[in-house]
Amino acid sequence: MSGLAGRLGLLRPGSGDLAPSKSRDLTLAQRRNVGILLVATGVVTLGLFLDQTPAGLHTTFRLAMSPAGHVPSVVVPSLATEAVTGVLTLLLGVLQLVRRSPRLTYLILSVGLAAFGIAFLTWAGKGQTVNFVGLLATSLIEAVPLALGAFSGVLCERSGVINIAIEGQFLIAAFFAAVVASVTHSLWLGLVAGIISGGLVGLILAVFTITYRTDQIIVGVVIDAFALGLTSFLLQALLVPNQTALNSPKVFQPIPIPLLDRIPVLGPVLFDQSVFVYLTVAILIVIQVGLFATRWGLRVRAVGEHPRAADTVGIDVNRTRYLNVMLGGLVAGVGGASFTIGLTGQFSTDMTAGLGFIALAAMIFGRWRPMGALGAALLFGFSDSLQFTFSVLNVPIPSAFLAMFPYVATIVAVAGLVGSARAPAADGQAYSRE
Amino acid sequence: MSGSPRSALLRLPARALRGLVRLATSGNAVVVIVLAFLSSLIVGALIIIPATPSALSAWGDVGSDPLNAIVQSLDAVGNAYGSLLAGAVGSPGGYVQALDLRPADVVSAFSPLSETLVSTTFYLVAGLGIALAFRAGLFNIGGQGQLIAGAIFATWAGFEFPGLPIYLHLPLAILCGAMGGAVVGFIPGLLKAWTGAHEVITSMMLNYVVLSLLTWVVTTRLFQAPPRNEAISKVIAPSAQLPHLAGPDLRVNLGIVLAVLAAIGVAWLLRHSTLGFKFRMVGLNPFAARVAGAGMQRLTVIAMTLSGLLVGLAGAFMVLGVDLQIAPNYGGTYGFDAITVAILGRGSPTGVVLASLLFGAFEAGGRSMQASTGIPLQLVEVLQAVIVLFVAAPGVIRTIYRIRVARTGERVFGGWGA
Repeated sequence: MSGLAGRLGLLRPGSGDLAPSKSRDLTLAQRRNVGILLVATGVVTLGLFLDQTPAGLHTTFRLAMSPAGHVPSVVVPSLATEAVTGVLTLLLGVLQLVRRSPRLTYLILSVGLAAFGIAFLTWAGKGQTVNFVGLLATSLIEAVPLALGAFSGVLCERSGVINIAIEGQFLIAAFFAAVVASVTHSLWLGLVAGIISGGLVGLILAVFTITYRTDQIIVGVVIDAFALGLTSFLLQALLVPNQTALNSPKVFQPIPIPLLDRIPVLGPVLFDQSVFVYLTVAILIVIQVGLFATRWGLRVRAVGEHPRAADTVGIDVNRTRYLNVMLGGLVAGVGGASFTIGLTGQFSTDMTAGLGFIALAAMIFGRWRPMGALGAALLFGFSDSLQFTFSVLNVPIPSAFLAMFPYVATIVAVAGLVGSARAPAADGQAYSRE
Repeated sequence: MSGSPRSALLRLPARALRGLVRLATSGNAVVVIVLAFLSSLIVGALIIIPATPSALSAWGDVGSDPLNAIVQSLDAVGNAYGSLLAGAVGSPGGYVQALDLRPADVVSAFSPLSETLVSTTFYLVAGLGIALAFRAGLFNIGGQGQLIAGAIFATWAGFEFPGLPIYLHLPLAILCGAMGGAVVGFIPGLLKAWTGAHEVITSMMLNYVVLSLLTWVVTTRLFQAPPRNEAISKVIAPSAQLPHLAGPDLRVNLGIVLAVLAAIGVAWLLRHSTLGFKFRMVGLNPFAARVAGAGMQRLTVIAMTLSGLLVGLAGAFMVLGVDLQIAPNYGGTYGFDAITVAILGRGSPTGVVLASLLFGAFEAGGRSMQASTGIPLQLVEVLQAVIVLFVAAPGVIRTIYRIRVARTGERVFGGWGA
């Protein structure tokens, strides 16, 4: 059982920092699988992509938002680029298979997959132009709610409460942000309303799971169902008859940061975005530093790994959990508000469409770490915006298969086939002193 | 003294009352469910009132006419719940009118019941699947994916073999649907047995994988309907359709009979078979089961596969009994709602039968309520969620109604790493 495993884990050298899954914790089989994966992707690149790329074609990567931008595009020979990146991936895979040390495994995996990504884009855009900056900017926008939802999950689960209610927090926050922003004509009040309503859903989750010690997964699932029902009901009953008065908020416009937005490539991607992108970065820094460099963070992690031990040294386990679950709700509230007053300017039925569950996946894929969660969210956002790029480029891969990517990647990660993902040891277990 | 039957008869009401009081304070599971049901109706009333214009405007001038506000509110709530009930089980007036035996009247009188049974079918089979996994200590949250896979395979079998006689074709299509669900249930089971990957995460992720597969599959040459300009599958052959039980105008079909048989089968499996005994043993105490030498890994795979098989059946019954073809986003939310049905039924086949009847009645009633009063169908989703929330947390009921409720000590899940 996880509790026992966690206690043993505490005694194991290398995980004493209560931060699971460093590359030195990987088993031999997991490291071997990383090598096999990279060799396989290298073979796909060299075999499949090269075979389908006629000689003499070039791929153009546009590095400015508009064709008339001040940064020239990069034009590469398709065949040569695929060959180089394919060989690189293959070599990294072989290197991973023959070397002994477990260190740098995640770095090798990242570089190998990035090389594969370049090969993939080069193949997809052969003889055409890939709007690279646009792709990155869209990925970032797609990643924002995922990252915020995943941060919410990190906050809850590091303290030992499983948060499956992210989807419900998104929906409720998106709804109330839209309504309040429409009624008050103030986007900022809408944002506050979204955040508070997300926090209230967090409070419900906390009351049921911590005070009443109800099964955390069940409460999460039911809160999701409740939020979907409530928002759809109120939408049909109240908003649809009064669409202009209640459901037509403005949308936060991009705020260019002076000077920084002129940086080639990175400028338009990172520094000409809406307030939600900047908020995400701020929240990331606060959570990352808070969890791993403050006394509060150490206490939270202790409560999530071994609540009895934490209790023994005088930490109020359930108070810590209450605080974290509600903080998580507030953060998910920011993410939820971004759907209506950040993107669409209107609430619609089930508008989050399961993104709360992808956020959960991003948290797991990111191994319960804020930085990892952001990385996973960016990766999932990238695979999502690729669908759009591919339909522009007429790539012969059904977009449905790209849509599967985040889920398959998460299954592979959770199964520990490539890398490992271990939850906090007391995650999902209610605590009482008896 | 108590010899005369008359005095015994007199004391009967008092004794019944005492029994009721004892029942109400004993913390029986039934009491919890009844109180949860009442609570959900109260929560529902609180959102019906602001959603009804007449009641809302009456509350607007509550200062001048408070009585009217209350009357209007009660009227709105009564109207909504009245039409919900009539849409679920039919109205007395309708049944009286059906006594003239004119076919149209009979159909309209029994149509609510028929609709309730149609919805119950899907909740029942899918809920049984989730409940079976519960009993083996597994949380199958991938019902939606398994249901869609069942629908895909059943549709394929339904249109691919048009020449077969019904006694071969229908069982074949049902079997294919069950297999589709079983495959999708098998994967998380196998991953858990091999690597310890938690079935909640893997089965949830598979929901979306299968949903994407569905989007793709209905555009393939194999599935897409002939003009090939719409993302919709071919229609299944008549020989693969579940026959209607009460004439062509009522949608109730053989599916409900098969669903009840499935419930009996699962009850038998859990109560009387060695496999069911092992499931329960693993579910109640995995440590003891491991020590006793139950092949935990094999049991995990079998339980998840059987669970997926049952949920896949629900998808098959949806296509073969009602919809006859599939399109992207097919499947409603039955696979997801099956989890709440299984929780409400507390994992027992009898409980799941009752819970799915309730959910089926809610759904049929909700549709008719929306048609006749304009109150959105989604009201019933809120009611369902509130009931299940309170049933899952009897402690909350205990606090609100200040009664003693027995601690059930039922634990389904113990963390991601479990």
